[in-house]
Amino acid sequence: MTAGTTSTKTGTGTGAATGAGAAAGAAASTRTGTGEPGGRTAVGTAPRLAVDALLDDPGTRIIVCCGAGGVGKTTTAAALGVRAAERGRKVVVLTIDPARRLAQSMGIDSLDNTPRRVTGIEGGGADAGTDADGAEAGGTGTGATGGGGGELHAMMLDMKRTFDEIVEAHADAERARAILANPFYQSLSAGFAGTQEYMAMEKLGQLRARDDWDLIVVDTPPSRSALDFLDAPKRLGSFLDGTFIRVLMAPAKVGGRAGMKFLNVGMSMMTGTLSKLMGASLLKDVQTFVAAMDTMFGGFRTRADATYRLLQAPGTAFLVVAAPEPDALREAAYFVERLAADRMPLAGLVLNRVHGSGADQLSAERALAAAENLEEGGIVDQGPGKHGLRDPDAGPPPHADEVTAEGTTGARTTAHETTADATTAARTTETTADDMTADGITADEITAGLLRLHAERMQVIAREQRTRDRFTSLHPDVPVTEVAALPGDVHDLAGLRAIGVRLATG
Amino acid sequence: MRTQWLRSMAVSRLQVVSGKGGTGKTTVAAALALALAREGRRTLLVEVEGRQGIAQLFGTEALPYEERKIAVAPGGGEVHALAIDAERALLDYLQMFYKLGSAGRALKKLGAIDFATTIAPGLRDVLLTGKACEAVRRKDKAGRFVYDHVVMDAPPTGRITRFLNVNDEVAGLARFGPIHNQAQAVMSVLKSPQTAVHLVTLLEEMPVQETADGIAELREAGLPVGRVVVNKVRPHHLDEETLRAAAGERRGEVAQALARAGLGGARRGGLAERLVDPLLEQAAEHAGRVELEREQRAVLAGLGLPTYELPLLGAGMDLAGLYELATELRKQGDE
Repeated sequence: MTAGTTSTKTGTGTGAATGAGAAAGAAASTRTGTGEPGGRTAVGTAPRLAVDALLDDPGTRIIVCCGAGGVGKTTTAAALGVRAAERGRKVVVLTIDPARRLAQSMGIDSLDNTPRRVTGIEGGGADAGTDADGAEAGGTGTGATGGGGGELHAMMLDMKRTFDEIVEAHADAERARAILANPFYQSLSAGFAGTQEYMAMEKLGQLRARDDWDLIVVDTPPSRSALDFLDAPKRLGSFLDGTFIRVLMAPAKVGGRAGMKFLNVGMSMMTGTLSKLMGASLLKDVQTFVAAMDTMFGGFRTRADATYRLLQAPGTAFLVVAAPEPDALREAAYFVERLAADRMPLAGLVLNRVHGSGADQLSAERALAAAENLEEGGIVDQGPGKHGLRDPDAGPPPHADEVTAEGTTGARTTAHETTADATTAARTTETTADDMTADGITADEITAGLLRLHAERMQVIAREQRTRDRFTSLHPDVPVTEVAALPGDVHDLAGLRAIGVRLATG
Repeated sequence: MRTQWLRSMAVSRLQVVSGKGGTGKTTVAAALALALAREGRRTLLVEVEGRQGIAQLFGTEALPYEERKIAVAPGGGEVHALAIDAERALLDYLQMFYKLGSAGRALKKLGAIDFATTIAPGLRDVLLTGKACEAVRRKDKAGRFVYDHVVMDAPPTGRITRFLNVNDEVAGLARFGPIHNQAQAVMSVLKSPQTAVHLVTLLEEMPVQETADGIAELREAGLPVGRVVVNKVRPHHLDEETLRAAAGERRGEVAQALARAGLGGARRGGLAERLVDPLLEQAAEHAGRVELEREQRAVLAGLGLPTYELPLLGAGMDLAGLYELATELRKQGDE
């Protein structure tokens, strides 16, 4: 922790309950003093998440990555898998819906429902973090890796295949055929609302039961809300225990029970209604399906409950993944609360795509003022008529006298460096950049461009910091690791390895 | 272009906005609803994923299952919003078609509503799309459409085709009866020129790839693809050639310029001199990104769809920013 981060503490510490916004603002303004080199930002008041310690601990058997869509959840899961394997663990990564590129980055053209070994893992238990900033890795316990033998396997959840396998494993051949041929089943298993969550839980339980790996890293489905993944077993349970399923299976039996009289009216109306609503053929499909699945439902329930308990067990660690954006962090905060309510073991927050600057002692405001200054020099020289637009006494003097004659060639255009092949011209909010492709570009113009870029970067950093401080003030105890934004996408193991280093040292 | 706007934007009364997670589809949907609410028109902004993203964007309290006005557009148009709740939509639907009062409650007690909205294949999606289509078709007593446009903040690209096509699937499952008829009616709206499905993307590899895949899927399913909306476009400042020069023979000049601008001494070890390296490093990252964006633009151009580009707002997203984006959409739509 640097001096700068300590000073942010005073900002957020007092704002924990109220006025978090104001506190965040104060923290953001103190942040510019952190001056950490290498473009990384410091983790404010939150404790740091020791990723390597987590990966090296043989007691860690399952890591669940959860969070909103588009925050790099799957990439994080893959990078953790690579790092854990290279630190000597035998890992399987279960992804839900990886981008093609991600599968390719692990050297696998397409992932399927069977774990495939990833080649190119640098075994040997040595710390893979040879990057410059790998030095301060928390818990670089190379001793825990036990001299290599690490392996990485990867797979992608195939919902339908997983569902089919359950049916085949738990029903006799004839019944299994009947279920697999049922139109209702075919739609259900192809991935309608909820199925993905059940099957992810089911697959996790299967992998854990096989005991072939000592660490399972799971990516969670891109759920409508973070809740779905955790709710899967419970919802399935309440459905299976519910009256409704019994009604579907044997309407007469339930309707005839004593003490259910108030339901009788609804019941007769209901079966009629259902038949009207769904059409008799669909209702029949559903009933056949439920009847055929009857013997299996108990098993479903038991396994879902077991997986749920497995998630609560000490060997499991949840990582909430987010990007420093309001939506993603709001979801993250929500997930943190939800995990606590369900007594699920939260290891910490992975904050992806965080921006930093090596020149953060120069604020956005000063950079912009300086840029205008330099550009104004050109205007003053070129057309005195525009001189009156700005008060020369405001801010630093424009030094117009120092601008050489070549400054006049900097004709102002609103054209940005837009690519010719773009179908639509890039629309920008700025109208100040000069035509930089001209040969006669002045040092002032180059410098002004550099300063404007820097101002933009500083604005992004400030915005990210405010967003993050809001989260930290709500959940000051959640350990955080930050992953600096990469300029491009991940294409190979080296890319995943680089992210792993950032995860461990962020 | 004017006619194109009229054709693709004004005629499509249901505008579905999808996109990979994190691309800002909710923001774009809201800006589009504002943009379409011009000259006294009225739009309905619909949310289907229960995330209350619209309420957060407009800074209002959580939206109930009820249409309410949330914004007035420049020129007097109105934006109304609705967060569709599948369970309530089903009860509404039952009430509307079957006058089920107490039976509806009994169904709920039994867990039938739960079953229908969470477990039964596709019913949830049928209800959500069905409600949106109902709003598209709704007319007032004078026979005019209640809403000129309905804008839907839809599920992400990976699920959009299945979501919109669910009625086809259900119509196949329930081969007759009211659900079948309802599903058919919804599909007749979704597959007509009354609907346009827009995909929001960033100029990054994965979102662009997903957009291309999504468009292929939509086209295959016969769903009308509208536009690609490139969101969070950043201005470009310096090209690579200039940067090379700045990092090389003109490095000293840059330091001097920084000093002239009042940022410290240009001599070795001086404040301005020490700024040069980090500034150049940032600029190199920028140039690299510009190059990546150029590649991604080319991929998008290959899709052969009209495109909108919305700028990244430096100050972050707020209500003022939303109006700014809406103005931008109108401007680009009018060209």
